Amino acid sequence: MGAGHAHPVYRERRTPVHDVPAHVKLVAVVSFVLVVVATPGTWYPAFAAYLVILAAVAGAARLRIGFIVPRLVVELPFVIFALLLPFVATGPRIEIGGISVSETGLVAGIALLMKATLSVIASIVFASTTSPREMVRGLERLRLPQILVQILTFMLRYLDVVGGELKRMRIARESRAFTARHLGHLRVLGHAAGALFIRSYERGERVHLAMLSRGYTGRLPVMEQPRVAASVWVRALAVPAAALAVLLGSWVLS
Amino acid sequence: MTDSPTDPETAPSLAMVGVAYAYPDGHQALFGVDLRIERGERVALLGPNGAGKTTLVLHLNGILTAGAGTVRVGGLEVAKRHLTEIRRRVGIVFQDPDDQLFMPTVREDVAFGPANLGLRGPDLTARVEAALDAVGMAEFADRPPHHLSFGQRRRVAVATVLSMEPEILVLDEPSSNLDPASRRELAEILTGLPITLLMVTHDLPYAAQLCTRSVILDEGTIVADRATRDLLTDSDTLSRHRLELPFGFDPLAAKAAMQ
Repeated sequence: MGAGHAHPVYRERRTPVHDVPAHVKLVAVVSFVLVVVATPGTWYPAFAAYLVILAAVAGAARLRIGFIVPRLVVELPFVIFALLLPFVATGPRIEIGGISVSETGLVAGIALLMKATLSVIASIVFASTTSPREMVRGLERLRLPQILVQILTFMLRYLDVVGGELKRMRIARESRAFTARHLGHLRVLGHAAGALFIRSYERGERVHLAMLSRGYTGRLPVMEQPRVAASVWVRALAVPAAALAVLLGSWVLS
Repeated sequence: MTDSPTDPETAPSLAMVGVAYAYPDGHQALFGVDLRIERGERVALLGPNGAGKTTLVLHLNGILTAGAGTVRVGGLEVAKRHLTEIRRRVGIVFQDPDDQLFMPTVREDVAFGPANLGLRGPDLTARVEAALDAVGMAEFADRPPHHLSFGQRRRVAVATVLSMEPEILVLDEPSSNLDPASRRELAEILTGLPITLLMVTHDLPYAAQLCTRSVILDEGTIVADRATRDLLTDSDTLSRHRLELPFGFDPLAAKAAMQ
């Protein structure tokens, strides 16, 4: 999953956004999202300002709108919830296009939609400028426990291997004229899942053996990483800082 | 041989004496194996499937511990108390490179062994680069392993143990699944390495190409130990242990072609 062509989100490029180390970016994204979430739902100009900030970052990363918008589908569950809110919430009701909806529900739904969209756009910008490997390394630098770092590292490495096995098993099934048509065929797929589990388990044992043979003692060696210059931190944190300034400004004005 | 078996200067790379092993389920795999490999020798370990070859290999670096007998690597006994040093000295390249290469990039994988030995910084970088150079894969250092061809992955797998500067390089079926060009490239790399080599295989032409000496392991004991050329022309011994030359392969002609 490391290089561009195999990955649905990550775009390999060199831009000022790509060049920021993953852990710095992660801190910046999380702080930005926290500021967005902390903003009262009716401060619409503030949300517009956040969108402008994100657009500037996406522009610096050379990401097109056409790239970001289709990837917003991960937000779908929130959208459905936000659309339902005006109908299920109680309180004073207003008419929109002849349909009576709850006013508080409408306001809450719009707020949810704005906050979720902004957060998802921020995550997409992060994910498309940071390779999965860099993300894990970033989490490691942010002191994620070793065991989780190892699990994530192996997941990155073996996802494609296990996926390849799954694909070969499917081709072998279909080559013998099998297609899953009715529920009874679930049994066959269940066997395939079981076989895949056992294969993966056995591979796990062989990998562990190979690791022991090269002196593994429970920790993955940490590759030396260059110190991050203060200026890089300042540049990355300028993004959530700008959002915070917008929030505080709106608060003073209101 | 009058020299002391423990003197690190003169000790053989590998000395196995009377090694016997039974798995916890009671199945006995090795029945008293004696094998001595001098420094710089290249030896093929031949034998049919199920002969105990892999079991023997796992004794070399202490993954399995012999029920009886001793294993010494460069004079040092394989025992719990010097397991780290033993695992540095014995570089095992497993058959499936996807098992051997478990880190996200080639560079990190090659660095895994030496980093576990405590190397850091420029020393570690130098080791990694030297090992990748030795197998001709230096330009692939930052690639993830699954974007390499099978032959390239096998070469990187060799680099992952070369970076530990082992006393003896142990290869489990190095030629399996390789296309002819990858097979030749790997052979060229292995011939160029100034290192003791133990190659587990049933690819007899590969043994003839790379190893001057061959031993046959069958049913848990060493049943033949001779010059590869002699062994491959002795079709009685080969067939008794379920080994066969591939159709049309003439070991004498091959030998002549190599000279």
